[in-house]
Amino acid sequence: MSRLLAAAAAEFRIALRNRWVAIAITMMVLFAAVLSAAGTAPTGDLGVDRLTITVASLTSLGVYLVPLIALLMSFDAIAGEQERGTLALVLTYPVQRWQLVAAKFLAHLAILALAVVCGYGVATIAAFAVDPRSLAGLAALFRLTWTSLLLGAAFLGLGYTVSALSRRSGTAAALVIALWLVMIVLFDLALLAGVVADNGGVFTTRIFPLALLANPADAFRLFNLAASEATSAAAGIGGAANAIPPLQALLSLTLWAIAAFLAAIAAFRRVQS
Amino acid sequence: MKILILSQLTKLFGPLRALDAVDLEVAAGERVALLGHNGAGKSTLMKIVLGILDGNGGTVQVAGHRPGERVAREMTAYLPENVAFHPALTGREQIRLYLRLKGEPAAKAAELLERVGLTAAMDRRIGTYSKGMRQRVGLAQALIGRPKLMVLDEPTSGLDPVSRHDFYTVLDDLAREGTAILHSSHALTEVEARTDRIAILSRGRLVANDTLAALRQAAQLPIQIHLVARHGEADAVAAQLGGTRRNGSRVELTCQPAAKLASLSAITGLGSAIEDVDVIPPSLEALYTFYSQGSAQ
Ligand SMILES: Nc1ncnc2c1ncn2[C@@H]1O[C@H](COP(=O)(O)OP(=O)(O)O)[C@@H](O)[C@H]1O
Ligand SMILES: [Mg+2]
Repeated sequence: MSRLLAAAAAEFRIALRNRWVAIAITMMVLFAAVLSAAGTAPTGDLGVDRLTITVASLTSLGVYLVPLIALLMSFDAIAGEQERGTLALVLTYPVQRWQLVAAKFLAHLAILALAVVCGYGVATIAAFAVDPRSLAGLAALFRLTWTSLLLGAAFLGLGYTVSALSRRSGTAAALVIALWLVMIVLFDLALLAGVVADNGGVFTTRIFPLALLANPADAFRLFNLAASEATSAAAGIGGAANAIPPLQALLSLTLWAIAAFLAAIAAFRRVQS
Repeated sequence: MKILILSQLTKLFGPLRALDAVDLEVAAGERVALLGHNGAGKSTLMKIVLGILDGNGGTVQVAGHRPGERVAREMTAYLPENVAFHPALTGREQIRLYLRLKGEPAAKAAELLERVGLTAAMDRRIGTYSKGMRQRVGLAQALIGRPKLMVLDEPTSGLDPVSRHDFYTVLDDLAREGTAILHSSHALTEVEARTDRIAILSRGRLVANDTLAALRQAAQLPIQIHLVARHGEADAVAAQLGGTRRNGSRVELTCQPAAKLASLSAITGLGSAIEDVDVIPPSLEALYTFYSQGSAQ
């Protein structure tokens, strides 16, 4: 355990000095601030507090940004060390491979947590500034925060897996960008196209909800939106969200995080140097 | 006691036989130099010994354990070829991490870095170090925890002669304490005085494995004798001994090792016609070339 923590501390220090911490925080804060500024226009009286509405927009933001930051931090973790020649030496130390993956994971998750808390924090302060009733939205904000970390954990694991399977850092970078495009952007577009073409048939009623559940990003969005019905209107797929129990969405997200971590360890175990 | 035992070790990279049935042993306190041209298979052999690469045949034992097993890793130290570290960490931070990964107190870092002469630079980032300084960090981490087996891959490449000397002094201390040391090099001249045994790899095959003296003996390479003849006598001396005149007074001849004493007595027989004699054993380069090319034919 002390080995794992020592390695995690070193990873955090390296990320700090390589500006990863600063980049992650800046990205989150910048987008959250823009979002808050855009959202301060009067939206009419919806009967809900400002923070609840902010959380709905942050959910849409997080779904894009959290996986992106997680993948950007993780793609280089193993392939990069292999390419720069730092991996071979560490592998001869009496540390288990899962511990090395876990150390990177802990460090990167901590950075992600910092970025998420800073970004969401800025948006929350903005919400309180315009609407003192925002207290009512705190539970939703809290839920959004920890599920964002769960989503980030899933994509960190996927990033390490890709990194361990690629010999070169450049290959890993290209692969995680492709992964992000497919899982976050194209997947939803394809589903949407399917729903439109299907016009209320079997695809819409049976396959579509399952497909949403199967994707960790959609499961994240479903869980957070379903938990506050007032915001359904803010989301394009709000209708379908109502059909899926939030707990199933949470379960899917959790399973993704665990499976991705295990996949990363399995892939790393096969790495020869 | 044998610490490292390789038996019939074979490694294939596709059609390439990087290692071909290599047998090699290193005992406690013994320093073995692994020589070979680039691509001979030295690094591959070491990586298999360390358990970071799998062989395709044969066995490796590290004090009775399989390579890569935890016990084996605990007693083994490694210095990779062109060792690299995280440029963002300082020398001290990097060594502290390695100490903790080996289960040793991180506070020993300063002492280790002092032993390799890096005290002044240890709080600077490794990104600012020269190659020689990185090599010293590499040696410092290899010294952690009194290893039973040390595997050093071209450890002195990039070091100046003084650092090289310091480096071998540290290795001598370790060997005296019983560490088995396997280190590679592509220059025989460099390891000459500092090893107990020399193993030469050529295209994956072990073509020599003995002390330098025994290798010399077995190779039977010709010896050079350089003479200085008295003024005006060079031509006569050359004719009498069957040598060649190089300038007004210098004469050179070669002879087989077995004929060395006979040649010398013939030279002394010429009395005052000879002013000086130098006997030059076969060069290390010639010896190395002899063994590493012998296998290719
Ligand atoms: N990962 C690898 N894949 C394919 N070939 C390799 C790999 N590693 C080494 N080789 C080949 O194996 C041979 C031995 O390499 P190496 O052990 O690095 O030699 P040395 O350390 O003696 O210079 C070389 O021909 C090299 O090209
Ligand atoms: Mg090599």
